[in-house]
Amino acid sequence: MDISSRISGNTLICYIRGELDHHTANEIREYIDYNLENNPVKNLIIDMSELSFMDSSGIGVLIGRYKKVTALGGKTAVVNENKQISKVLEVSGIYDIIFSFPSIQQALNEL
Amino acid sequence: MNIQNYMVLEIPSKSQNEAFARVVVAAFASQLDPTIEEIADIKTSVSEAVTNAIIHGYENSDGIVYIKCSMGEDDIQIEVTDEGKGIEDIEQARQPLYTSKPELERSGMGFTVMETFMDEVEVYSTKGKGTTVVMRKRFTSLKNNKG
Repeated sequence: MDISSRISGNTLICYIRGELDHHTANEIREYIDYNLENNPVKNLIIDMSELSFMDSSGIGVLIGRYKKVTALGGKTAVVNENKQISKVLEVSGIYDIIFSFPSIQQALNEL
Repeated sequence: MNIQNYMVLEIPSKSQNEAFARVVVAAFASQLDPTIEEIADIKTSVSEAVTNAIIHGYENSDGIVYIKCSMGEDDIQIEVTDEGKGIEDIEQARQPLYTSKPELERSGMGFTVMETFMDEVEVYSTKGKGTTVVMRKRFTSLKNNKG
């Protein structure tokens, strides 16, 4: 797993590559929280283009970040998740609270 | 199930073994020529069961997770066993969004994912002795291929 980020306006864009499971969840959680707290941002976009696998540990990470971002008055979105991840997100009902977009540009336009 | 093949895997309850376990089971299941989606379902479900064993069964302490897979002609059975603390109330544990460890930011969706992605999920647990999750899935793609 590898995570990096950039900032566009008031939005933190995180790129997660590899797999998001219980083993990698903590590092991802801490990385995103640190960057949310130490930058003038309120929205969060997670680019999943290169995330090959996610299980329900990822749902916990997303809901936790959603709560933080909501407290900042912002919105949370995922971008370009694969079919396996989409199925996990669907089952958990997370699409009711977190937006999904096919590209970062589209997410930036709509958030 | 008319067992054609089987395998047994024994791993210490370390989180870095979660990825290893799901990849091994997926590789074993691939003998039945499943679709990419069916393989993804298996990987996700195994990941959930093994993670449960490590976090809830052993509560991140040392233990062994046993994984046994049996393969029929067009179906697979996967058993994930821990010798950990056991589940007090299985029905409650299977409820969507229920988690005994909200402080760890667990989603409580593990069993729901397994039940959605597999055809059958059975849970056997004895307090203080451990838990076995038995999951079964039939690969429908095989039938379609055979016409």
